[in-house]
Amino acid sequence: MVEAYQRRSALAHFGLNALASQKADGAGITLGESAHRAIINIRGDAKDPAFTAAVKNATGCDLPAAANTVATAGDVRILWLGPDEWWVVGTDARRAGLIDGLRSAFAGQHTNVTDVSESRTVITMTGPAARDVLARGISLDLHPRAFGPGQCAQTSLSRTNVLLHQTDNAPSYEIYVLKSFADYLWRWIGLIAEDFGMAVKAE
Amino acid sequence: MFVINCPYCGPRDEHEFGYGHEAHIARPTLEQQGTMSDAEWANYLFLRTNTKGVHFERWVHTKGCRRWFNVARHTVTHEILKVYKMGEPKPDISAENLPR
Ligand SMILES: [Zn+2]
Repeated sequence: MVEAYQRRSALAHFGLNALASQKADGAGITLGESAHRAIINIRGDAKDPAFTAAVKNATGCDLPAAANTVATAGDVRILWLGPDEWWVVGTDARRAGLIDGLRSAFAGQHTNVTDVSESRTVITMTGPAARDVLARGISLDLHPRAFGPGQCAQTSLSRTNVLLHQTDNAPSYEIYVLKSFADYLWRWIGLIAEDFGMAVKAE
Repeated sequence: MFVINCPYCGPRDEHEFGYGHEAHIARPTLEQQGTMSDAEWANYLFLRTNTKGVHFERWVHTKGCRRWFNVARHTVTHEILKVYKMGEPKPDISAENLPR
């Protein structure tokens, strides 16, 4: 883990606070970064009641068994990645507690807990044009009949591997991306957003 | 481009997947390995059926759940006739016996 005073978000070099102060009337999307989240990869058998109970115990959140869905409880979210794989996502402050809690709740079970927090950052995108911007680089059907709030998908956005999570009907999306691809993806979204107008959210 | 129905994530664009060549090729057991000839090794390692018709093949959902699974695909029409999980038996599908 990086010393707190040395921690720098993957998109800090864009100066998001300065960009956020610029006027952007009628912007189709507002882009921001939600950096330094706790992201904990867990593996286990969703059909094993001991496993699902342990997850609930440690996080307070139900394990989403349905494909491409997200469960939320307070400031903790669990995102479905695969038939036996999930991300537990929380605030940075919860990171150590969640990891320790999961490891002790899983004691004796055939499971796995891996801290992957430092690998990703999250680009947040909200606004009436968000769907149109994403559609330029994604093969998923984002129409409300096919993809709505509470759903997530691992896919590619402009050839970059991402985990996309829709959080509300604005529509708002959270895009989990490897830190080393974040600069490229932010610039690509900015390019597409020239057609729709873009505002930036302060850090 | 075609749409592949990942048995875990549902229908996704072909570019999210990787191709893993012919399915149902069993690795020789340790016992067999001790007595196999070069020709038998060559057959296991390199020789494939090169089917014109229904081909059973492995795919991996690289950009999604990263799971491997099997697909029965018609190599002339590219029609995907069945998608099934690893470990499930080879389905009884042939050019003369297409599911309709
Ligand atoms: Zn999948």
